[in-house]
Amino acid sequence: MTRKQRRLTLIAMAGCALAFATGLILFALNDQIVFFQSPSDIAAKAPAPEQRIRLGGLVESGSVVRGQNETVTFSVTDGDASVNVTYTGILPDLFREGQGVVTEGVVNAQGTFVADQVLAKHDENYMPKEVADALKEQGHWQEDAQSANYE
Amino acid sequence: MIVELGHFMLILALVASLYQSVFPMWGAVNGDTRLMRTAAPVAHIIFAFVLLSFVALTYAYLTSDFSVLNVAENSHSDKPLIYKISGVWGNHEGSILLWVLILALFGSLVAGFSGKLPQNLKAATLGAQGWVSFAFLLFVILASNPFLRLANPPVQGRDLNPMLQDVGLAIHPPLLYVGYVGFSIVFSFAIAALIIGRIDAAWARWVRPWVLISWIFLTLGIAMGSYWAYYELGWGGWWFWDPVENASFMPWLTGSALLHSALVMEKRDALKVWTIFLAIVTFSLSLLGTFLVRSGVLTSVHAFAVDPSRGLFILAILMVFIVGSFVLFAMRAPALKQGGLFAPISREGALVLNNLFLTTATAAVFFGTLYPLLLEAATGEKISVGEPFFNLTFGPIMVPVLLLMPIGQLLTWKRSDLKGVTQRLSLVFALACVAAALLLWAEGGRQVFALIGFALAFWTILGSFWELVERVAPRKVGFARAWHRLIGLPKTVWSTALGHLGIGVTALGVLCVSQFESEKVLVMHPGETTSFQEYQLTYEGFEDLAGPNYQERVTSYSLSKDGEFVRKMHPSKRVYVASGRPMTETDIATFGFSQVYLAVGDPVGQSGLVTRIYHKPLILLIWIGCLIMSAGGTIALFDRRLRVAAPLSAKAHRKVANNTGDQQSAQS
Repeated sequence: MTRKQRRLTLIAMAGCALAFATGLILFALNDQIVFFQSPSDIAAKAPAPEQRIRLGGLVESGSVVRGQNETVTFSVTDGDASVNVTYTGILPDLFREGQGVVTEGVVNAQGTFVADQVLAKHDENYMPKEVADALKEQGHWQEDAQSANYE
Repeated sequence: MIVELGHFMLILALVASLYQSVFPMWGAVNGDTRLMRTAAPVAHIIFAFVLLSFVALTYAYLTSDFSVLNVAENSHSDKPLIYKISGVWGNHEGSILLWVLILALFGSLVAGFSGKLPQNLKAATLGAQGWVSFAFLLFVILASNPFLRLANPPVQGRDLNPMLQDVGLAIHPPLLYVGYVGFSIVFSFAIAALIIGRIDAAWARWVRPWVLISWIFLTLGIAMGSYWAYYELGWGGWWFWDPVENASFMPWLTGSALLHSALVMEKRDALKVWTIFLAIVTFSLSLLGTFLVRSGVLTSVHAFAVDPSRGLFILAILMVFIVGSFVLFAMRAPALKQGGLFAPISREGALVLNNLFLTTATAAVFFGTLYPLLLEAATGEKISVGEPFFNLTFGPIMVPVLLLMPIGQLLTWKRSDLKGVTQRLSLVFALACVAAALLLWAEGGRQVFALIGFALAFWTILGSFWELVERVAPRKVGFARAWHRLIGLPKTVWSTALGHLGIGVTALGVLCVSQFESEKVLVMHPGETTSFQEYQLTYEGFEDLAGPNYQERVTSYSLSKDGEFVRKMHPSKRVYVASGRPMTETDIATFGFSQVYLAVGDPVGQSGLVTRIYHKPLILLIWIGCLIMSAGGTIALFDRRLRVAAPLSAKAHRKVANNTGDQQSAQS
């Protein structure tokens, strides 16, 4: 092969690899993406059954029922609307009433959010960004309470 | 006083790195020997200053000096000694200081261990390293100063996040940072080569040990982080495709590509421009990782409480270095002498394919990591790109990589015979299929995809050692001779075999866990027994104990396998006194390479307890594979050829002189 042919072969291979990757990415994007929604979003328009979503907000005070069996129920609220959530498993250590939480799962036929993942914040000063934004949108964001600092 | 000295040392280091950024580089470009000679001592001086400053901060932690804001926010006088030390980098400011310390360490190492480097290359490399040091020292001093004092010091500190009070914190960040930041020196070598305008096989030989060291540490750091997350977070997961994990994984992927392309450059004097490009990309991805982790744009286990101005500062550093280096690359790369060409069917051809797929995989991970950020910035829509996306994109791209690995290993340099090689590997192929079928049968799986995956993993594992088997040929020469031959094999053969074996072993572990793992969540009462796979677990009760800085409820379970008692297990729940934060501690029982993983949750009713049990078959292979890979890298590091610097021929010397001369005239 001449120099030119070899170079063309190489470029063609690179092109194929890129096309392959792009195809995969587009396919995965169509199928495997999870949208973040607030309780108000779900109240306004219920997601299709079996569609995975991320639900974020505050754990409503007094809503957590644990200690019945291995399933825990609680509500996630953004101040305007709230959604009932059930979760089977062990909640993260920093899961608390009145604090920010992000859960991932699907809404079932009864309108209950069945979560298979619960993420709580990892730090006292730290609020998941999606939750903070959602709260700001709903006008329930309290700057002072969220950013208690030394100075 | 010591704290102020530490602060002062940082400022001195900043000044020294400013000198380093300007004068040795000036000397390298203009052929001024006196200026170039200052590069090495100044590199040592920068390291000494940063080290002293780091020691000062450690001292503040050891003495629990709560008049220092950073200590007051992240430490506590009751904290055990090891966490007082590791707590130094368990927060934003301290971790960036560790970053800078390792940056300066690498500068100092290059200054000390590369006596054979041409003077101008060495000076320019250290100069470029000076730029990076200067930028990050400036960041530490202006936006992320760990030495700030408090006017009214509290009596007690706020304590370190309980999740970080673990031996993992002492090991994971330093390993990872040595890997991450080590690529800065490779980047500096690339920048130096572009500025000096000379790049050849010798350059690749000088750079390869640094690529190897960084790659080894990055491998270990990622593996350690993964194991830490696995046992600490209590979800039983070992990789979450979390953006921050991806941020360390992307430089690992391009670093692996770089390792291979530098080999081609060293042996065949080809792929030069590509290697330079990869060096720049790898460090850019390291910087991007630092930005993602430390700027707080992401929700992650790794994000500390965040100040937005810092994110902007790091973003500015990121932009300057990435844009700057690519502009330099675009300007200078065309002037570099093109390397030789080669036949597609050859060792170097296979390495090109490896590079192609590794960079494509990096691109897929890059896209999945940044797409949600970009989409939110553009449309305000919030999405999360998680495991399914990466399994669907990264997974398939890895298939050709694994498939080609044993083949590439057997291809010879320059020109090779693909048909012959595939024939030689037919036995490996058959064995791999049989092994996969056996494993699937033993574990009771049915899926075709699993069979293909396992066959691929076994193919890589068996194929990695096929070169050794063939070279030694025990059946022809008898075992005594074969043993001698085996020991006498060149180190490169061993390092390649181990590196590829490690990949295969990790792949096997990943596939096994994802196919066969199982979990069970239930409420257990004292005396109750549950059976799970071939294991039986009995809950016995709990007792409340006091740790050094926490209260702990330690549960007691007894684990049996096939009716025979194995051991007691004690997962626990802790509450840290200072912060009042709860923390779950898991307990893991190991059987060969498999594990039974136990975590406890909330009490139920009078005496019940939520218990979560996982069975993780062959999970340890994931991390053992990483250890094997690192061992392969370490053997390569001791290859004699890397230590003996290639002496330049007289002709090459003259060429160098001419080249630098050309640039001077071009510049003036």
